[in-house]
Amino acid sequence: MHLILFIVFAGFCLAGAINLLLQSHPINSALSLIVVMTSLAVLYLMLGAEFLAVAQVIVYAGAIMVLFTFVVMLLNAGREDRTLGSRAARRVGFPAVVAILAVIATVILHAQGLGVARLSDGITTTEELSAVLFTKLLLPFEVTSVLILIAILGAVALASHGDGNGERTGGK
Amino acid sequence: MSSFLSQEVPLSWYLLLSAALFSLGVVGFLIKRNLITVFMSIELMLNGVNLSFVTFAHQWHAVKGQIFVFFVMMVAAAEAAVGLAIIIAVFRARATLAVDRIDLMKL
Repeated sequence: MHLILFIVFAGFCLAGAINLLLQSHPINSALSLIVVMTSLAVLYLMLGAEFLAVAQVIVYAGAIMVLFTFVVMLLNAGREDRTLGSRAARRVGFPAVVAILAVIATVILHAQGLGVARLSDGITTTEELSAVLFTKLLLPFEVTSVLILIAILGAVALASHGDGNGERTGGK
Repeated sequence: MSSFLSQEVPLSWYLLLSAALFSLGVVGFLIKRNLITVFMSIELMLNGVNLSFVTFAHQWHAVKGQIFVFFVMMVAAAEAAVGLAIIIAVFRARATLAVDRIDLMKL
């Protein structure tokens, strides 16, 4: 059961990621990325991370990807054109990436003491997670709320008109 | 039922999937010529790394690995908001999303 689930959803993940690269229209890439993220949520659940599985669907597949599709539609992004730059990047980039992947895969396959995952391993409940998050790691948690606040302010400042007399004052 | 639940998948498979997702993200970052798709490839890399965090959290029965993924998600959300705002600002100044034609820091 676990094996079948892993193969199916790992396959979805890889197929979505490859489709993201092959599609030339950004909206198709965004939809494939949603497939990747949702399949990853299932894989998190199989590894016993129930909170992260839910957060993955809500934050990544929900919020972030909605933002992406919104921007794609707002900017009316069309098909991308293949240029000289992409050919050069392909010629240099692919061997480099294959080399990186080969090194990582070799390290992983030779690693000693890596365990196995079973569905009967049980899940890390949200209670266990929050017990650590809200006691030992309370300060980083609070700092991230400041980070989010600054990000919101920065996003608003960047995306609004820079000249100051734009649509807000109606003086356009 | 118990045979279903006790079926094993080696954790190295999860790590290999994570490495593959990260590499595909790098490939996308290199070959895609659209600013938004390049940004999506970065998200793909973050997701690949998150998977290896969760895998190691399972390996060591440690909760902190999962909490780190939670922080990565928060930072990714902030990053997406700011990054897409920058993309909108760039598009407003240049009227293009092709990375080859956005080659100056000056807007």
